Amino acid sequence: MTTVGPLLKTPLNEIHRAHGAKMVDFGGWDMPVQYSGLVDEHHTVRKAVGLFDVSHMGEIEIRGPEALQATSFITTNYTANLKDGQAHYAGLLYDHGGFVDDILVHRVSQNHFFLCVNAGNQEKDFDHIRTSVASFDCEPEYASPKYAQIAIQGPFALATAQPLTETPLSQIRYYWFADGTFAGVPARIARTGYTGEDGFEIYVSPDDAPAVWNAIMASGAAHGIKPCGLGARNTLRLEAAMALYGHEIGASISPLEAGLNWIVKFDKGDFIGRDALLRQKEQGLTRKLAGFEMKGRGIGRDGYEVLVDGNPAGWVTSGSPSPTQNRNIGLCYVPADRAAIGQKIEIIIRNQPVEAEIVPTPFYKRPQ
Amino acid sequence: MIYPESYRYTKEHEWVSVSADVATIGITHHAQHELGDIVYVDLPKSGSHVDKGRTFGSVESVKAVSDIYSPVTGEVLESNDTLATTPEQLNSDPHEAAWLIKVKLEGDNDLSALMSAADYTAYAGAEG
Repeated sequence: MTTVGPLLKTPLNEIHRAHGAKMVDFGGWDMPVQYSGLVDEHHTVRKAVGLFDVSHMGEIEIRGPEALQATSFITTNYTANLKDGQAHYAGLLYDHGGFVDDILVHRVSQNHFFLCVNAGNQEKDFDHIRTSVASFDCEPEYASPKYAQIAIQGPFALATAQPLTETPLSQIRYYWFADGTFAGVPARIARTGYTGEDGFEIYVSPDDAPAVWNAIMASGAAHGIKPCGLGARNTLRLEAAMALYGHEIGASISPLEAGLNWIVKFDKGDFIGRDALLRQKEQGLTRKLAGFEMKGRGIGRDGYEVLVDGNPAGWVTSGSPSPTQNRNIGLCYVPADRAAIGQKIEIIIRNQPVEAEIVPTPFYKRPQ
Repeated sequence: MIYPESYRYTKEHEWVSVSADVATIGITHHAQHELGDIVYVDLPKSGSHVDKGRTFGSVESVKAVSDIYSPVTGEVLESNDTLATTPEQLNSDPHEAAWLIKVKLEGDNDLSALMSAADYTAYAGAEG
């Protein structure tokens, strides 16, 4: 991505800089990539609790008498099954079945849906949504400037967050949310995350974000809370095999290829991309996303070529050492008939083929 | 100053220390800090040849792979094998224990174009 003009800043930028975060240009945003160190932060989230500024993420709201029908038409998941205060993951697709974005859909009420979208896609998403819902009686709003988002993730997320709100957090189930007061300010408190751990994503006004951040850090001190950067966020989500736009998914990739059949509900009625996906389903997939583990020495990284039977057959979408499991893992596209567990592949690492094997995903699942 | 006075430094964040006709080469504190947690180090075998300004190996962290450039020309006398099993040493002791290779200098190896410790401190600081 080319960035024109100064980097965008979240309301927590000064806090990151004051506390020694290493900042990088992330899709035009000046974001912390690490604080104490990627691996240390990663372990902190798996074993204790970590705090992430994800205010760069975008928010789009759809309101009106036909908000439900409109949201259902533009997304792949079963929107009508959502109850007030419930959320789910969904694809926002083009007619041809590729991703505009992957998003979280929150049902505030039947007449009000709250979408959390990727930072780098938010303007494109809004244009796509505005055009796509024109025939419905509803009003889409580009709401990103109204929200900062802070993610509290890890086994002690609940213990860290509960003292800051009167909302009984243990009663918010996974992928549900509640509107309430958090650290003394109005907040949307969602039990969601992108790390494979339990946790909460808190949406507050940008003006309130620094005070909320500081309150969470203070509340979590007894539980060993640490601020975390996007580096750890990436290794955490990779261990949990969660897709990242621009890597596992994109405009030329369909949810069926990405193994996201569970968010595609063909029986819910018409939605953008449905016909293309049905065709693809009938014709059969040519390629599929699969998890791999390195057997030889090396790390298969994003964009590296994958060989099957010695022939070019695919590419790595994400790859990294797994800090939790001490193995080198990744996700890759391979021919659909070569994606079975145990399939031997090779990954070209600095001009040398290195052995790897298709393995089950997710790589990491939290203890229940 | 964290950068040893007797070393010389490259813009690519390697250090070189010359004693008689042997140069010891490593990466700087700034380099290891930028890379983060280092997980692999690829180095040439002893007896192989390195050329000034050319890559001779790579250092890989959880986040990224980075090439290492040789500040000198010569024959590799020794690679630091301990880094194969304990690459994290590069994070903890990049200027001493975690040196990368020792090179027997050949031909013209004028190091005067490289930075002094003071210049490199300013350079690394300016890079942020």
